Amino acid sequence: MADQATLNTVAAAADASRGSLSGPRGNRPRPLFSTRNIVLYGTLTLAAIYYLVPLYVMVVTSLKSMPEIRMGNIFSPPVEITFEPWVKAWAQACTGLNCDGLSRGFGNSIRITIPSVIISILIASINGYALANWRFKGMETFFTVLVIGAFIPYQVMIYPIVIVLREIGIYGTLSGLIVVHTIFGMPILTLLFRNYFASLPEELFKAARVDGAGFWNIYFRIMLPMSLPIFVVAMIIQITGIWNDFLFGVVFTRPEYYPMTVQLNNIVNSVQGVKEYNVNMAATILTGLVPLIVYFVSGKLFVRGIAAGAVKG
Amino acid sequence: MNTSVSVKDLTLKFGAVTVLDKLNLDIKDGEFLVLLGSSGCGKSTLLNCIAGLLEPTDGQIFIKDKNVTWEEPKDRGIGMVFQSYALYPQMSVEKNLSFGLRIAGMDKAEIDKRVARASEILQIGPLLQRKPAALSGGQRQRVAIGRALVRDVDVFLFDEPLSNLDAKLRSELRVEIKRLHQNLKNTMIYVTHDQIEALTLADRIAIMRSGLIQQLDDPMTIYNEPNNLYVAGFIGSPAMNFFKGEITSADGRPAFVTNGVTFMLDGYRAKNPLQPGTKAVLGLRPEHISVDGPETVNTHQAVVEIEEPMGADNLIWLKHAGQSMSVRIGGNRRYRPGAQVKLAYDMSLASLFDAESELRI
Ligand SMILES: Nc1ncnc2c1ncn2[C@@H]1O[C@H](COP(=O)(O)OP(=O)(O)O)[C@@H](O)[C@H]1O
Ligand SMILES: [Mg+2]
Repeated sequence: MADQATLNTVAAAADASRGSLSGPRGNRPRPLFSTRNIVLYGTLTLAAIYYLVPLYVMVVTSLKSMPEIRMGNIFSPPVEITFEPWVKAWAQACTGLNCDGLSRGFGNSIRITIPSVIISILIASINGYALANWRFKGMETFFTVLVIGAFIPYQVMIYPIVIVLREIGIYGTLSGLIVVHTIFGMPILTLLFRNYFASLPEELFKAARVDGAGFWNIYFRIMLPMSLPIFVVAMIIQITGIWNDFLFGVVFTRPEYYPMTVQLNNIVNSVQGVKEYNVNMAATILTGLVPLIVYFVSGKLFVRGIAAGAVKG
Repeated sequence: MNTSVSVKDLTLKFGAVTVLDKLNLDIKDGEFLVLLGSSGCGKSTLLNCIAGLLEPTDGQIFIKDKNVTWEEPKDRGIGMVFQSYALYPQMSVEKNLSFGLRIAGMDKAEIDKRVARASEILQIGPLLQRKPAALSGGQRQRVAIGRALVRDVDVFLFDEPLSNLDAKLRSELRVEIKRLHQNLKNTMIYVTHDQIEALTLADRIAIMRSGLIQQLDDPMTIYNEPNNLYVAGFIGSPAMNFFKGEITSADGRPAFVTNGVTFMLDGYRAKNPLQPGTKAVLGLRPEHISVDGPETVNTHQAVVEIEEPMGADNLIWLKHAGQSMSVRIGGNRRYRPGAQVKLAYDMSLASLFDAESELRI
């Protein structure tokens, strides 16, 4: 041992004399202010400011009183913070027909979004599972129709759907709008689920069949528990899409069922009286709050789900 | 003995591609049959047809003399083990084992009894509460075998079960599968592209190529008397040496000439009379050639080109009759490149094929 140690020291000394110990070693240091870093962080900062400034202005404005708004700069923080505009936007603002604020629209949006999201995801996931794992007559045709459906601009279909809903007798009702959201979400959601299920190992499905599991057993006991990420992705897409929808809300419902977005528009564009910027800002933030919360809560899962769908071959 | 699985005129097409064409195969009760072939030759497809996971385009499948062509996989009395293990990731080992039984609505006591028995046979008792992600490859494959075991099936189907394991585990689990077969005496159909697995495990091997069975025989017959050139080249590692030439006669005895070198065929057991003038291919296995041994009617001189010591044996590459050939000798016998050696052959272990039909003569 001692001999070995001496040998090592001798060898190290020999190396050092040749300069190999003082040379580059390990991680290469990188300068903090390289062109690469300046461009990279500069671009990111600009993009962040671009998106954050409007939000900042909205929050600040919504907390000011009207006299302060008229006097001041839109970027200056509120001198005297007031929550009055928020209360007004939620409970008292007038939308042309009535003056109970956004609360009515919020209730409507909830009653539209929850059933639409659940029904569309349920049906689309079963469709996607059937397309990915089972062979049935006409599956190619079904798939082609779905793909085409995903690319048709939906303005084209609005009038025919109005007629269909009227004939069935649910035009103007909440259920009518829920049906419309479910149908329009179907192509893209089905493709999403199909691709995800197709990326799961096929042998798992075969093993379950040998074990005697049928269509529903495999779906509920094997596929569902493995697919949490993609369900989260679908939920985010649907919640934000349906909550933010304006066009279908106007076209397919009567005023008493208008969703929050439509009511927001009516408040902001209401022609009577003075323009209350602080109330408008508060109303807008209130309307955007639900998608915002959904993103914050599930952002991590969202990214993971997308990545899982993309990477798994 | 009764037949256990019987495949009759099985044809399977994917669109315009014919993967299996009128394939016939009878497997005896309790037999260990290995389907051996290179990747893409249709082994898995055949196994999936037997399992009922693929619908054949034409033909019939019988299991225990019952026509199961239209039956669901679960009603065929088969269990299947996959290359990727295919364990249900969200279930514990115990739940994985019992999944099929719970689906079938079996009562709890019977399920527990069967799971206990399977985990004892496969020695996975301590793992029962773990999730598959917490198991090693070898343990996962044991659980996968257990899943077939608990269902008490007549026929076990294995689709390359050891291909995802490293070499050491592979040889361990190979022995275990053989032991399992000896204890259970079930019919087993085992797909692999690994000839060592095939030779060590099989009662009979079916060698497949582009959806056709080239030869169906016991391992020793396949090794010693390959039916055709393809089988001869496929089985054996290092591969058989082939010489292209012609059958002649020398001194009134049959012989084979290639590149001016004559091999006397004394001792070769021909299936058909040897016709002088026939173009043929002579196949000699590296392990059936002796180096610097006693003189025989066939003693040739050759020069060593390369030596590949492999521990237990030593593979030497020689230049002979205008081509390169390999010879396997004992690991302690070393030859330097350039050495002159004397070769002799045991013609009773040689193979001779018609150059045109590629069939054994
Ligand atoms: N679903 C499929 N569609 C089209 N061709 C397939 C399909 N499955 C397998 N094949 C083709 O059938 C042939 C045999 O495949 P397989 O049975 O998996 O071979 P292996 O002997 O390697 O198990 C291959 O050429 C493969 O490309
Ligand atoms: Mg295969």
